[in-house]
Amino acid sequence: MMFEKLAMYFQYPFVRYALIVGVLIALCSSLLGVTLVLKRFSFIGDGLSHVAFGAMSVAAVLNLTNEMLLVLPVTVISAVLLLRTGQNAKVKGDAAIAMISVGALAFGYLIMNIFAASSNLSGDVCTTLFGSTSILTLTPKEVWLCIVLSAAVVFVFVMFYNKIFAVTFDEDFSKAVGTNADGYNLLIAIVIAVIIVLAMNLVGSLLISALVIFPALSAMRLFRSFLTVTICSAVLSVVCAFSGIIISILAGTPVGSTIVAVDVAAYAVCYAAGMITGGMRK
Amino acid sequence: MALLTVRNLSLGYDSHIIAENLNFSVNKGDYLCIVGENGSGKTTLMKTLLNLREPVRGQILFGDGLKKNEIGYLPQQTAVQKDFPASVREIVLSGCQGRCGLRPFYNREEKRLSEENMARMGISEFANRCYRELSGGQQQRVLLARALCATRKALLLDEPASGLDPKVTAEMYGLIAGLNREGITIIMITHDIAAAVRYTTHILHIGAAVFCGTRDEYLESDIGKLFMMQKKGGEQ
Ligand SMILES: Nc1ncnc2c1ncn2[C@@H]1O[C@H](COP(=O)(O)OP(=O)(O)OP(=O)(O)O)[C@@H](O)[C@H]1O
Ligand SMILES: [Mg+2]
Repeated sequence: MMFEKLAMYFQYPFVRYALIVGVLIALCSSLLGVTLVLKRFSFIGDGLSHVAFGAMSVAAVLNLTNEMLLVLPVTVISAVLLLRTGQNAKVKGDAAIAMISVGALAFGYLIMNIFAASSNLSGDVCTTLFGSTSILTLTPKEVWLCIVLSAAVVFVFVMFYNKIFAVTFDEDFSKAVGTNADGYNLLIAIVIAVIIVLAMNLVGSLLISALVIFPALSAMRLFRSFLTVTICSAVLSVVCAFSGIIISILAGTPVGSTIVAVDVAAYAVCYAAGMITGGMRK
Repeated sequence: MALLTVRNLSLGYDSHIIAENLNFSVNKGDYLCIVGENGSGKTTLMKTLLNLREPVRGQILFGDGLKKNEIGYLPQQTAVQKDFPASVREIVLSGCQGRCGLRPFYNREEKRLSEENMARMGISEFANRCYRELSGGQQQRVLLARALCATRKALLLDEPASGLDPKVTAEMYGLIAGLNREGITIIMITHDIAAAVRYTTHILHIGAAVFCGTRDEYLESDIGKLFMMQKKGGEQ
Protein backbone atom coordinates (compact mmCIF):
# COMPACT_ATOMS: atom_id res chain seq x y z
CA MET A 1 0.00 0.00 0.00
CA MET A 2 2.68 2.47 1.09
CA PHE A 3 5.01 1.22 -1.59
CA GLU A 4 2.35 1.56 -4.21
CA LYS A 5 1.81 5.11 -3.16
CA LEU A 6 5.55 5.73 -3.30
CA ALA A 7 5.83 4.06 -6.68
CA MET A 8 3.06 6.24 -7.91
CA TYR A 9 4.81 9.37 -6.66
CA PHE A 10 8.06 8.32 -8.30
CA GLN A 11 6.29 8.53 -11.63
CA TYR A 12 6.40 12.28 -11.26
CA PRO A 13 9.64 13.93 -12.28
CA PHE A 14 9.26 16.63 -9.60
CA VAL A 15 9.49 13.99 -6.86
CA ARG A 16 12.62 12.54 -8.38
CA TYR A 17 14.11 16.01 -8.73
CA ALA A 18 13.34 16.80 -5.12
CA LEU A 19 15.05 13.62 -3.97
CA ILE A 20 18.15 14.22 -6.07
CA VAL A 21 18.50 17.81 -4.96
CA GLY A 22 17.68 17.05 -1.34
CA VAL A 23 20.24 14.27 -1.07
CA LEU A 24 22.95 16.33 -2.78
CA ILE A 25 22.38 19.33 -0.56
CA ALA A 26 22.38 17.18 2.54
CA LEU A 27 25.67 15.60 1.45
CA CYS A 28 27.36 18.95 0.83
CA SER A 29 26.15 20.60 3.98
CA SER A 30 27.31 17.75 6.18
CA LEU A 31 30.86 17.74 4.79
CA LEU A 32 31.92 21.05 6.24
CA GLY A 33 29.70 20.66 9.30
CA VAL A 34 32.48 18.99 11.26
CA THR A 35 34.88 21.84 10.54
CA LEU A 36 32.33 24.48 11.44
CA VAL A 37 31.32 22.84 14.69
CA LEU A 38 34.98 22.52 15.66
CA LYS A 39 35.81 26.09 14.73
CA ARG A 40 32.91 27.18 16.94
CA PHE A 41 31.03 28.45 13.94
CA SER A 42 27.89 26.40 14.32
CA PHE A 43 25.76 29.44 13.75
CA ILE A 44 27.44 30.66 10.62
CA GLY A 45 24.76 28.81 8.69
CA ASP A 46 22.13 30.91 10.38
CA GLY A 47 23.98 34.16 9.89
CA LEU A 48 24.69 33.55 6.23
CA SER A 49 21.23 32.36 5.42
CA HIS A 50 19.79 35.52 6.90
CA VAL A 51 22.16 37.50 4.76
CA ALA A 52 20.96 35.48 1.79
CA PHE A 53 17.39 36.24 2.87
CA GLY A 54 18.17 39.97 2.93
CA ALA A 55 19.81 39.73 -0.48
CA MET A 56 16.81 37.85 -1.83
CA SER A 57 14.45 40.56 -0.66
CA VAL A 58 16.56 43.14 -2.42
CA ALA A 59 16.61 40.99 -5.55
CA ALA A 60 12.83 40.62 -5.38
CA VAL A 61 12.36 44.36 -5.00
CA LEU A 62 14.72 45.06 -7.88
CA ASN A 63 12.78 42.51 -9.91
CA LEU A 64 15.92 40.64 -10.89
CA THR A 65 15.12 37.72 -13.14
CA ASN A 66 18.01 35.63 -11.82
CA GLU A 67 18.28 36.37 -8.12
CA MET A 68 21.29 34.02 -7.73
CA LEU A 69 23.42 36.68 -9.41
CA LEU A 70 22.92 38.91 -6.40
CA VAL A 71 22.41 36.40 -3.60
CA LEU A 72 25.49 34.25 -4.18
CA PRO A 73 28.11 37.04 -4.27
CA VAL A 74 26.61 38.85 -1.29
CA THR A 75 26.58 35.65 0.75
CA VAL A 76 30.13 34.76 -0.24
CA ILE A 77 31.38 38.20 0.79
CA SER A 78 29.60 37.98 4.14
CA ALA A 79 31.05 34.52 4.74
CA VAL A 80 34.54 35.82 4.10
CA LEU A 81 33.99 38.77 6.44
CA LEU A 82 32.54 36.57 9.17
CA LEU A 83 35.34 34.02 9.15
CA ARG A 84 37.82 36.91 9.13
CA THR A 85 36.39 38.60 12.19
CA GLY A 86 36.36 35.27 13.94
CA GLN A 87 40.14 35.22 13.84
CA ASN A 88 41.07 38.48 15.44
CA ALA A 89 39.24 38.78 18.67
CA LYS A 90 38.02 42.37 18.47
CA VAL A 91 34.46 41.25 17.84
CA LYS A 92 34.06 37.64 18.88
CA GLY A 93 32.88 35.21 16.21
CA ASP A 94 29.49 34.51 17.71
CA ALA A 95 28.73 38.18 18.37
CA ALA A 96 29.72 39.12 14.81
CA ILE A 97 27.48 36.42 13.41
CA ALA A 98 24.58 37.48 15.61
CA MET A 99 25.03 41.10 14.51
CA ILE A 100 25.09 40.36 10.80
CA SER A 101 22.39 37.74 11.02
CA VAL A 102 19.79 39.75 12.89
CA GLY A 103 20.65 42.90 10.97
CA ALA A 104 20.18 41.24 7.60
CA LEU A 105 16.96 39.59 8.71
CA ALA A 106 15.42 42.85 9.88
CA PHE A 107 16.65 44.68 6.82
CA GLY A 108 15.27 42.04 4.46
CA TYR A 109 11.86 41.99 6.10
CA LEU A 110 11.75 45.79 6.13
CA ILE A 111 12.51 46.00 2.45
CA MET A 112 9.95 43.34 1.61
CA ASN A 113 7.38 45.23 3.64
CA ILE A 114 8.01 48.61 2.09
CA PHE A 115 8.32 47.57 -1.50
CA ALA A 116 6.31 44.38 -1.53
CA ALA A 117 4.59 43.70 -4.80
CA SER A 118 2.81 40.58 -3.68
CA SER A 119 -0.31 40.68 -1.56
CA ASN A 120 0.61 37.56 0.43
CA LEU A 121 3.58 39.03 2.30
CA SER A 122 3.61 36.87 5.41
CA GLY A 123 3.23 33.81 3.20
CA ASP A 124 6.29 34.84 1.19
CA VAL A 125 8.35 35.51 4.28
CA CYS A 126 7.33 32.27 5.88
CA THR A 127 8.34 30.39 2.75
CA THR A 128 11.79 31.94 2.70
CA LEU A 129 12.33 31.35 6.38
CA PHE A 130 11.07 27.82 6.76
CA GLY A 131 11.69 26.40 3.32
CA SER A 132 9.10 26.24 0.70
CA THR A 133 7.42 23.72 -1.43
CA SER A 134 9.73 25.12 -4.08
CA ILE A 135 11.82 22.00 -3.78
CA LEU A 136 8.81 20.25 -5.28
CA THR A 137 8.62 22.69 -8.16
CA LEU A 138 12.22 22.49 -9.37
CA THR A 139 12.90 22.88 -13.05
CA PRO A 140 15.44 20.61 -14.78
CA LYS A 141 17.72 23.63 -15.14
CA GLU A 142 17.75 24.19 -11.38
CA VAL A 143 18.41 20.52 -10.79
CA TRP A 144 21.40 20.65 -13.09
CA LEU A 145 22.73 23.77 -11.43
CA CYS A 146 22.45 22.02 -8.11
CA ILE A 147 24.21 18.91 -9.41
CA VAL A 148 27.08 20.95 -10.82
CA LEU A 149 27.53 23.03 -7.66
CA SER A 150 27.36 19.96 -5.41
CA ALA A 151 29.90 18.15 -7.54
CA ALA A 152 32.17 21.18 -7.25
CA VAL A 153 31.76 21.29 -3.46
CA VAL A 154 32.50 17.58 -3.05
CA PHE A 155 35.49 17.83 -5.38
CA VAL A 156 36.97 20.78 -3.51
CA PHE A 157 36.39 19.07 -0.18
CA VAL A 158 38.06 15.82 -1.21
CA MET A 159 41.00 17.57 -2.87
CA PHE A 160 41.66 19.75 0.17
CA TYR A 161 40.54 17.30 2.84
CA ASN A 162 43.99 16.94 4.41
CA LYS A 163 44.60 20.68 4.41
CA ILE A 164 41.19 21.41 5.86
CA PHE A 165 41.90 18.95 8.65
CA ALA A 166 45.31 20.46 9.36
CA VAL A 167 44.05 24.03 9.40
CA THR A 168 41.07 23.15 11.57
CA PHE A 169 43.13 21.17 14.04
CA ASP A 170 45.98 23.62 14.58
CA GLU A 171 46.07 26.79 12.56
CA ASP A 172 49.28 28.08 14.13
CA PHE A 173 51.20 24.92 13.32
CA SER A 174 49.92 24.99 9.76
CA LYS A 175 51.06 28.56 9.31
CA ALA A 176 54.40 27.81 10.94
CA VAL A 177 55.16 25.02 8.49
CA GLY A 178 54.23 27.13 5.51
CA THR A 179 50.64 26.15 4.78
CA ASN A 180 48.56 29.03 3.49
CA ALA A 181 46.04 28.83 6.34
CA ASP A 182 44.33 32.10 5.46
CA GLY A 183 43.83 30.88 1.92
CA TYR A 184 42.21 27.67 3.13
CA ASN A 185 40.00 29.57 5.57
CA LEU A 186 38.86 31.68 2.65
CA LEU A 187 38.15 28.55 0.64
CA ILE A 188 36.11 27.13 3.53
CA ALA A 189 34.13 30.37 3.74
CA ILE A 190 33.33 30.38 0.05
CA VAL A 191 32.27 26.74 0.01
CA ILE A 192 30.05 27.35 3.04
CA ALA A 193 28.37 30.28 1.32
CA VAL A 194 27.66 28.21 -1.80
CA ILE A 195 26.19 25.43 0.33
CA ILE A 196 23.98 27.85 2.27
CA VAL A 197 22.55 29.38 -0.86
CA LEU A 198 21.90 25.90 -2.23
CA ALA A 199 20.30 24.69 0.97
CA MET A 200 17.96 27.64 1.37
CA ASN A 201 15.66 26.04 -1.17
CA LEU A 202 15.51 22.85 0.79
CA VAL A 203 14.93 23.79 4.39
CA GLY A 204 14.66 27.57 4.38
CA SER A 205 16.96 29.99 6.10
CA LEU A 206 15.93 29.34 9.70
CA LEU A 207 16.63 25.64 9.59
CA ILE A 208 19.90 25.53 7.66
CA SER A 209 22.05 25.34 10.77
CA ALA A 210 20.30 22.11 11.65
CA LEU A 211 21.30 20.60 8.32
CA VAL A 212 24.90 21.70 8.83
CA ILE A 213 25.49 20.76 12.46
CA PHE A 214 23.23 17.85 13.40
CA PRO A 215 24.94 15.18 11.28
CA ALA A 216 28.36 16.34 12.52
CA LEU A 217 27.30 16.32 16.16
CA SER A 218 25.69 12.91 15.78
CA ALA A 219 28.79 11.45 14.15
CA MET A 220 31.02 12.92 16.86
CA ARG A 221 29.03 10.93 19.42
CA LEU A 222 29.98 7.69 17.72
CA PHE A 223 33.44 8.12 16.22
CA ARG A 224 36.80 9.44 17.32
CA SER A 225 38.82 10.23 14.21
CA PHE A 226 38.30 13.01 11.69
CA LEU A 227 37.93 10.68 8.72
CA THR A 228 35.36 8.39 10.32
CA VAL A 229 33.40 11.34 11.70
CA THR A 230 33.32 13.00 8.28
CA ILE A 231 32.19 9.84 6.49
CA CYS A 232 29.61 9.01 9.14
CA SER A 233 28.13 12.49 9.11
CA ALA A 234 27.86 12.46 5.32
CA VAL A 235 26.10 9.09 5.35
CA LEU A 236 23.78 10.12 8.19
CA SER A 237 22.88 13.36 6.52
CA VAL A 238 22.04 11.69 3.23
CA VAL A 239 19.96 8.99 4.90
CA CYS A 240 18.08 11.54 7.01
CA ALA A 241 17.37 13.82 4.06
CA PHE A 242 16.20 10.91 1.94
CA SER A 243 13.86 9.52 4.57
CA GLY A 244 12.72 13.02 5.52
CA ILE A 245 11.64 13.78 1.97
CA ILE A 246 9.88 10.44 1.62
CA ILE A 247 8.04 10.93 4.91
CA SER A 248 7.02 14.44 3.99
CA ILE A 249 5.63 13.26 0.68
CA LEU A 250 3.71 10.39 2.25
CA ALA A 251 2.46 12.34 5.25
CA GLY A 252 2.05 15.67 3.54
CA THR A 253 4.28 17.49 6.04
CA PRO A 254 6.55 20.44 5.17
CA VAL A 255 9.79 19.16 3.62
CA GLY A 256 12.31 21.26 5.55
CA SER A 257 11.02 20.73 9.03
CA THR A 258 10.51 17.02 8.42
CA ILE A 259 14.15 16.58 7.39
CA VAL A 260 15.31 18.48 10.46
CA ALA A 261 13.03 16.42 12.68
CA VAL A 262 14.59 13.24 11.29
CA ASP A 263 18.06 14.73 11.93
CA VAL A 264 17.11 15.42 15.53
CA ALA A 265 15.84 11.88 15.96
CA ALA A 266 19.09 10.54 14.48
CA TYR A 267 21.03 12.65 16.97
CA ALA A 268 19.06 11.18 19.85
CA VAL A 269 19.79 7.67 18.59
CA CYS A 270 23.51 8.42 18.17
CA TYR A 271 23.64 10.00 21.61
CA ALA A 272 22.20 6.89 23.19
CA ALA A 273 24.43 4.62 21.12
CA GLY A 274 27.46 6.71 22.09
CA MET A 275 26.60 6.39 25.77
CA ILE A 276 26.31 2.62 25.46
CA THR A 277 29.52 2.04 23.48
CA GLY A 278 31.39 4.66 25.52
CA GLY A 279 30.20 2.94 28.67
CA MET A 280 31.39 -0.41 27.39
CA ARG A 281 34.82 0.90 26.54
CA LYS A 282 35.43 2.13 30.06
CA MET B 1 74.76 34.36 5.18
CA ALA B 2 73.25 33.01 8.38
CA LEU B 3 70.15 30.84 8.32
CA LEU B 4 68.30 33.36 10.43
CA THR B 5 69.26 36.91 11.31
CA VAL B 6 67.38 39.02 13.81
CA ARG B 7 67.99 42.77 13.77
CA ASN B 8 66.81 45.28 16.38
CA LEU B 9 63.77 43.16 17.04
CA SER B 10 61.21 44.38 19.55
CA LEU B 11 58.45 42.11 20.75
CA GLY B 12 55.15 43.00 22.28
CA TYR B 13 51.41 42.82 22.35
CA ASP B 14 49.62 45.90 21.06
CA SER B 15 51.64 48.79 22.44
CA HIS B 16 53.01 46.87 25.41
CA ILE B 17 56.67 46.05 24.76
CA ILE B 18 58.05 42.84 26.26
CA ALA B 19 61.59 42.67 24.90
CA GLU B 20 63.56 45.25 22.99
CA ASN B 21 66.50 45.39 20.61
CA LEU B 22 67.23 41.74 20.16
CA ASN B 23 70.11 41.07 17.81
CA PHE B 24 71.35 37.60 17.03
CA SER B 25 71.86 35.19 14.21
CA VAL B 26 71.59 31.46 13.86
CA ASN B 27 73.82 29.55 11.49
CA LYS B 28 73.17 26.26 9.79
CA GLY B 29 73.80 23.40 12.18
CA ASP B 30 73.60 25.52 15.33
CA TYR B 31 71.82 24.31 18.44
CA LEU B 32 70.43 27.42 20.09
CA CYS B 33 68.77 27.35 23.46
CA ILE B 34 66.51 30.19 24.57
CA VAL B 35 66.30 30.58 28.34
CA GLY B 36 64.69 33.12 30.64
CA GLU B 37 62.10 33.51 33.32
CA ASN B 38 58.38 32.91 32.92
CA GLY B 39 56.83 35.71 30.96
CA SER B 40 60.12 37.02 29.59
CA GLY B 41 58.86 36.61 26.04
CA LYS B 42 60.41 33.36 24.83
CA THR B 43 57.24 31.99 23.31
CA THR B 44 56.44 35.36 21.79
CA LEU B 45 59.90 35.46 20.23
CA MET B 46 59.48 32.03 18.71
CA LYS B 47 56.06 32.91 17.30
CA THR B 48 57.52 36.05 15.82
CA LEU B 49 60.37 34.09 14.25
CA LEU B 50 57.76 31.83 12.66
CA ASN B 51 55.81 34.84 11.44
CA LEU B 52 52.76 33.92 13.50
CA ARG B 53 52.96 37.38 15.03
CA GLU B 54 54.08 40.69 13.62
CA PRO B 55 57.17 42.16 15.27
CA VAL B 56 56.65 45.57 16.87
CA ARG B 57 59.88 46.74 15.30
CA GLY B 58 62.89 45.25 13.60
CA GLN B 59 63.58 42.60 11.04
CA ILE B 60 63.86 38.87 10.72
CA LEU B 61 65.82 37.71 7.71
CA PHE B 62 65.85 34.17 6.40
CA GLY B 63 69.03 33.14 4.62
CA ASP B 64 70.51 30.02 3.05
CA GLY B 65 67.32 29.44 1.09
CA LEU B 66 65.45 28.26 4.17
CA LYS B 67 61.81 27.82 3.28
CA LYS B 68 58.93 27.74 5.73
CA ASN B 69 57.89 24.26 4.73
CA GLU B 70 61.27 22.93 5.84
CA ILE B 71 60.74 23.95 9.46
CA GLY B 72 59.32 21.78 12.21
CA TYR B 73 57.55 23.41 15.14
CA LEU B 74 56.43 22.25 18.55
CA PRO B 75 54.10 24.82 20.13
CA GLN B 76 54.05 25.30 23.89
CA GLN B 77 50.33 24.92 23.99
CA THR B 78 47.95 23.77 21.34
CA ALA B 79 44.48 25.04 21.95
CA VAL B 80 42.77 21.88 20.78
CA GLN B 81 39.10 21.90 21.46
CA LYS B 82 37.83 19.44 23.95
CA ASP B 83 35.67 17.52 21.53
CA PHE B 84 37.93 17.46 18.47
CA PRO B 85 37.76 14.04 16.87
CA ALA B 86 41.28 13.36 15.62
CA SER B 87 43.30 10.17 15.87
CA VAL B 88 46.99 10.24 16.77
CA ARG B 89 47.90 8.99 13.32
CA GLU B 90 45.96 11.76 11.59
CA ILE B 91 47.71 14.40 13.69
CA VAL B 92 51.21 13.06 13.19
CA LEU B 93 50.59 12.73 9.47
CA SER B 94 49.49 16.36 9.33
CA GLY B 95 53.11 17.21 10.15
CA CYS B 96 53.86 16.27 6.54
CA GLN B 97 51.58 18.98 5.14
CA GLY B 98 54.53 21.20 4.23
CA ARG B 99 56.18 18.36 2.31
CA CYS B 100 53.24 17.66 0.07
CA GLY B 101 52.55 21.27 -0.89
CA LEU B 102 49.60 21.40 -3.22
CA ARG B 103 49.41 17.65 -3.72
CA PRO B 104 46.05 16.64 -2.19
CA PHE B 105 47.01 13.39 -0.53
CA TYR B 106 49.97 12.10 1.47
CA ASN B 107 52.17 9.65 -0.40
CA ARG B 108 53.64 6.39 0.80
CA GLU B 109 56.94 7.99 1.79
CA GLU B 110 55.17 10.50 4.04
CA LYS B 111 53.04 7.80 5.63
CA ARG B 112 56.17 5.76 6.32
CA LEU B 113 57.83 8.81 7.86
CA SER B 114 54.92 9.39 10.20
CA GLU B 115 54.90 5.74 11.31
CA GLU B 116 58.63 5.99 11.93
CA ASN B 117 58.28 9.12 14.05
CA MET B 118 55.43 7.60 16.03
CA ALA B 119 57.70 4.64 16.77
CA ARG B 120 60.52 7.02 17.77
CA MET B 121 58.27 8.74 20.28
CA GLY B 122 56.85 5.43 21.49
CA ILE B 123 53.27 6.19 20.54
CA SER B 124 52.70 3.58 17.84
CA GLU B 125 50.50 1.55 20.16
CA PHE B 126 47.92 4.32 20.37
CA ALA B 127 48.08 5.41 16.75
CA ASN B 128 44.33 4.93 16.40
CA ARG B 129 43.35 6.44 19.73
CA CYS B 130 41.70 9.80 19.95
CA TYR B 131 44.14 12.61 20.79
CA ARG B 132 42.05 14.23 23.47
CA GLU B 133 41.71 10.99 25.39
CA LEU B 134 45.47 10.79 25.97
CA SER B 135 47.41 12.01 29.01
CA GLY B 136 49.28 15.31 28.88
CA GLY B 137 52.66 13.66 28.38
CA GLN B 138 51.30 11.38 25.69
CA GLN B 139 49.82 14.38 23.89
CA GLN B 140 53.18 16.14 24.06
CA ARG B 141 54.79 13.13 22.40
CA VAL B 142 52.21 13.20 19.61
CA LEU B 143 53.00 16.85 18.93
CA LEU B 144 56.73 16.09 19.00
CA ALA B 145 56.25 13.33 16.44
CA ARG B 146 54.31 15.79 14.29
CA ALA B 147 57.09 18.36 14.58
CA LEU B 148 59.65 15.72 13.57
CA CYS B 149 57.60 14.94 10.46
CA ALA B 150 57.77 18.57 9.42
CA THR B 151 61.49 18.97 10.06
CA ARG B 152 63.82 19.06 7.10
CA LYS B 153 66.27 21.86 7.83
CA ALA B 154 65.29 23.41 11.13
CA LEU B 155 63.34 22.46 14.24
CA LEU B 156 61.84 24.96 16.68
CA LEU B 157 60.76 23.57 20.03
CA ASP B 158 58.90 25.40 22.77
CA GLU B 159 59.54 23.55 26.04
CA PRO B 160 59.64 20.08 24.52
CA ALA B 161 60.26 18.41 27.87
CA SER B 162 57.15 19.69 29.59
CA GLY B 163 55.03 16.82 30.79
CA LEU B 164 57.45 14.09 29.73
CA ASP B 165 58.72 11.50 32.17
CA PRO B 166 62.51 11.37 32.82
CA LYS B 167 63.13 8.41 30.55
CA VAL B 168 61.31 9.90 27.57
CA THR B 169 62.91 13.29 28.26
CA ALA B 170 66.39 11.80 28.06
CA GLU B 171 65.50 9.91 24.88
CA MET B 172 64.08 13.06 23.37
CA TYR B 173 67.21 15.09 24.10
CA GLY B 174 69.28 12.30 22.59
CA LEU B 175 67.08 12.26 19.52
CA ILE B 176 67.32 16.01 19.06
CA ALA B 177 71.08 15.95 19.51
CA GLY B 178 71.18 13.24 16.84
CA LEU B 179 69.16 15.38 14.43
CA ASN B 180 71.53 18.26 15.14
CA ARG B 181 74.50 16.07 14.26
CA GLU B 182 72.80 15.27 10.96
CA GLY B 183 72.93 18.99 10.22
CA ILE B 184 69.49 20.12 11.32
CA THR B 185 69.40 23.50 13.03
CA ILE B 186 67.68 23.44 16.41
CA ILE B 187 66.14 26.32 18.32
CA MET B 188 64.78 25.22 21.66
CA ILE B 189 63.12 27.03 24.53
CA THR B 190 63.69 25.31 27.83
CA HIS B 191 63.72 25.79 31.59
CA ASP B 192 65.96 22.76 31.90
CA ILE B 193 69.23 24.69 32.13
CA ALA B 194 71.21 21.52 32.77
CA ALA B 195 70.11 20.09 29.44
CA ALA B 196 70.68 23.43 27.78
CA VAL B 197 74.27 23.53 28.99
CA ARG B 198 74.87 19.91 28.14
CA TYR B 199 73.64 19.81 24.55
CA THR B 200 73.64 23.24 23.00
CA THR B 201 76.19 25.24 21.09
CA HIS B 202 74.62 28.67 21.66
CA ILE B 203 72.46 30.24 24.32
CA LEU B 204 70.11 33.19 24.14
CA HIS B 205 69.00 34.55 27.47
CA ILE B 206 66.16 37.05 27.41
CA GLY B 207 64.71 39.03 30.25
CA ALA B 208 65.80 42.16 32.03
CA ALA B 209 69.26 41.59 30.60
CA VAL B 210 69.82 39.98 27.23
CA PHE B 211 72.69 37.68 26.35
CA CYS B 212 73.46 35.88 23.16
CA GLY B 213 76.57 33.88 22.48
CA THR B 214 78.13 30.46 22.61
CA ARG B 215 77.52 28.18 25.53
CA ASP B 216 80.99 28.67 27.01
CA GLU B 217 80.71 32.45 26.81
CA TYR B 218 77.39 32.21 28.60
CA LEU B 219 78.81 30.15 31.44
CA GLU B 220 81.55 32.74 31.88
CA SER B 221 79.21 35.74 31.75
CA ASP B 222 77.74 37.40 34.82
CA ILE B 223 74.17 36.86 33.73
CA GLY B 224 74.84 33.20 33.03
CA LYS B 225 76.57 32.65 36.37
CA LEU B 226 73.73 34.34 38.20
CA PHE B 227 71.08 32.33 36.38
CA MET B 228 72.91 29.05 36.95
CA MET B 229 73.28 29.87 40.61
CA GLN B 230 69.60 30.68 41.02
CA LYS B 231 68.68 27.42 39.36
CA LYS B 232 71.01 25.44 41.60
CA GLY B 233 69.67 27.26 44.64
CA GLY B 234 66.18 26.32 43.63
CA GLU B 235 67.04 22.68 43.29
CA GLN B 236 68.61 22.28 46.70
N1 LIG C 1 48.00 36.94 23.76
C1 LIG C 1 48.62 37.81 24.59
N2 LIG C 1 48.15 39.07 24.72
C2 LIG C 1 48.77 39.95 25.53
N3 LIG C 1 49.87 39.66 26.25
C3 LIG C 1 50.38 38.43 26.17
C4 LIG C 1 49.79 37.43 25.33
N4 LIG C 1 50.50 36.30 25.44
C5 LIG C 1 51.49 36.57 26.30
N5 LIG C 1 51.43 37.84 26.74
C6 LIG C 1 52.38 38.48 27.67
O1 LIG C 1 53.64 38.52 27.06
C7 LIG C 1 54.63 38.19 27.99
C8 LIG C 1 55.52 37.10 27.45
O2 LIG C 1 54.79 35.92 27.26
P1 LIG C 1 55.46 34.61 26.70
O3 LIG C 1 54.39 33.59 26.55
O4 LIG C 1 56.25 34.93 25.49
O5 LIG C 1 56.43 34.19 27.89
P2 LIG C 1 57.41 32.94 28.01
O6 LIG C 1 58.79 33.50 28.11
O7 LIG C 1 57.18 31.98 26.94
O8 LIG C 1 57.00 32.34 29.42
P3 LIG C 1 56.91 30.80 29.89
O9 LIG C 1 58.24 30.44 30.41
O10 LIG C 1 55.91 30.84 30.99
O11 LIG C 1 56.47 29.97 28.75
C9 LIG C 1 53.94 37.85 29.30
O12 LIG C 1 54.11 38.93 30.18
C10 LIG C 1 52.50 37.67 28.94
O13 LIG C 1 51.71 38.20 29.97
MG1 LIG D 1 56.46 30.11 26.79
